[in-house]
Amino acid sequence: MNLEKVIFAFFIVLALTLNFGFYVGEIDNPVHHSVYELYAALVVSLIATVLKLGDRTHLGAVLLATSLVADLQLIAAAVVWAYADQINPAGLTPHIMTAIVSLSGGAVLANLTSVVLLVAETITIRR
Amino acid sequence: MHNVLFVLLRRIRRPLILLIAVYAISVLGFVLIPGVDDKGQPWHMGFFHAFYVVSYTATTIGFGELPYLFTNAQRLWSILVIYASVLTWLYSIGALFSALQDPGLRSLMVRYAFQRDVARIREPFYLICGYGDTGTLLARALAESDIRSVVLDINQECINALKLEDLPLHVPGWCADASHPDALTAAGLTHSNCIGVIALTNSDDVNLRIAITARLLHPHLITVCRAESLEAEKNMIAFGTDHIINPFDTFAARLALALHSPGMYLLYEWMTATPTEGLREPIFPPHGHWILCGYGRFGKAVQARLTAEGIAVTIIEADHARTAPPPGSVQGRGSEPEVLRLAGIETAVGIVAGTDNDATNLSVALTARTLNPNLFMVARQNQHQNEATFEAANLQLVMQRAVVIAHKIFALITTPLLPEFLQLARAQGNDWANVLVARIGGIVGDVAPYTWVIEVNAAATPTLVVALQAGRKVSVGELYLDPRNRADSLPCLALLLMRGNEASLLPADEYSLAIGDRLLLCGRIDASRHMNLTLYNHNALNYVLTGIDRPAGLLWDWLTHRRG
Repeated sequence: MNLEKVIFAFFIVLALTLNFGFYVGEIDNPVHHSVYELYAALVVSLIATVLKLGDRTHLGAVLLATSLVADLQLIAAAVVWAYADQINPAGLTPHIMTAIVSLSGGAVLANLTSVVLLVAETITIRR
Repeated sequence: MHNVLFVLLRRIRRPLILLIAVYAISVLGFVLIPGVDDKGQPWHMGFFHAFYVVSYTATTIGFGELPYLFTNAQRLWSILVIYASVLTWLYSIGALFSALQDPGLRSLMVRYAFQRDVARIREPFYLICGYGDTGTLLARALAESDIRSVVLDINQECINALKLEDLPLHVPGWCADASHPDALTAAGLTHSNCIGVIALTNSDDVNLRIAITARLLHPHLITVCRAESLEAEKNMIAFGTDHIINPFDTFAARLALALHSPGMYLLYEWMTATPTEGLREPIFPPHGHWILCGYGRFGKAVQARLTAEGIAVTIIEADHARTAPPPGSVQGRGSEPEVLRLAGIETAVGIVAGTDNDATNLSVALTARTLNPNLFMVARQNQHQNEATFEAANLQLVMQRAVVIAHKIFALITTPLLPEFLQLARAQGNDWANVLVARIGGIVGDVAPYTWVIEVNAAATPTLVVALQAGRKVSVGELYLDPRNRADSLPCLALLLMRGNEASLLPADEYSLAIGDRLLLCGRIDASRHMNLTLYNHNALNYVLTGIDRPAGLLWDWLTHRRG
């Protein structure tokens, strides 16, 4: 058992599950999407990215790229939320909520790619 | 760069993760801990405000700008956040700096910067291994003639010296062991613009390895190697090394040449001089009995050369047991008057101070001068930095090994036909050389002559080839005509004409050129530029050959023809 692999797999799967948890629900209904879940997904995704820094394998590079994409999408979602909540006079409109959730939906796809790559790598190792 | 970046990222992974974790916990704490607003109503800080507070706290900026006053619970959490986040930042920055200062990473960065420098070279360049006295002179001579080079040396001090040297071109240098193929590849051995490798290190073994690596990794390179032993020389020949330079032998041969045929020596010196040098004055060493101080590797080579020329030599050597000089040699130090008298200093015509110690050589020369003021004094200078003292001693001839070797290599690699010319000239004798030296001296004035090669082919001399193909006869003398005014001649002289393998030394002015000829010329540097005009410009050639300045434009051409 390789502790590094365990920790990385843990974070990458956790990023996906948290992100998915945030994503499910009616797309424009703020009640269905928890801000805490988005926060947790962003933090976990950032940690997963740092864990992949310095990996020189090809797969490591691709994983780094996919988790960077997820980070970017989630940061964008968080920034939009902060804008709507604090700056926008109309507050968190259904339109803005849709934008936030669809951004996180993109991050779900990126996280999913990471997990698929991880699974593919695990299967090829066979030990 | 990738290596450097990856290593750096791997080293700072732990601090980065710690930083993210501390921030995440701090922000979450502020969001979860309840506060009160200005009306005493319960209020929860959002993620946006929490991140704002943590950001200015962790970076020790400490704004203190808050939406509402903190409750005691929030203040308690703030204390924790301040200590945890500030310490984490200090640790992270410390880790980053220690990673950057790490000697391993630094050497990787130096190597990367050097490799990038080399990879960016767009012109042909030479790889010089070994940056001692000879390497320094050679790199300078190449840079002054606009030829790029790259330097490898095992000694960091030599590389530092290169960085401080004020060269007209950027010469990348790196401290590495040139016997490792890896280092040679990094220095551009397999680079498509690398045209030659010059191995000048102190060790024959390393030079041999460089020759082998070059032969295997980049077979078409010109390789020039320094070899001190015959064994290494044979080995290098087996590996197809183009030029092998034995420093002792080359130096001794040049010295012997200076003593028995000064005209030829002067010709050699002029032809192999580097571009910006002044013209050396001729010397006139007397014939008779000579004294040679020092019978090491250099002394042996000099003695062999002088004896072969029929010059009587008496040797002074301190350590007879180790060097085994021929019978009749005097034992002792050349700087002691009794020893010099024993060797017959009063009747001698000249002395060669040829030990491997500069101080000894100077002291020998100065002692000998007090005993016999009419002596012709020759001294060997080993270290380049002793130039001032040797100059002040005012000797008739000072020979620096590094200079002789560097000039020879420079001439070999920059002027392809020069070795052939010098070899043919050697067979001609001193009087012939004297005449030629006088002619060249009259042409070039007081700077060293510039030598260049003209190849008669479509790429190098397009207009000349067209004229020759049209059946026009062009002679060597017609090339000398000045394209600005054909009543004048360009200050230059053809030294050698090669037609296939057939060589003609000093071709006469009437000699007709043919396609495929290679011509070695010497003269003033501007003469080569003006001659290039003749060779490239159709109208200039026409003017030089016929004296008629033909119209260049089609319209004028047509008008002239109609009128004619």
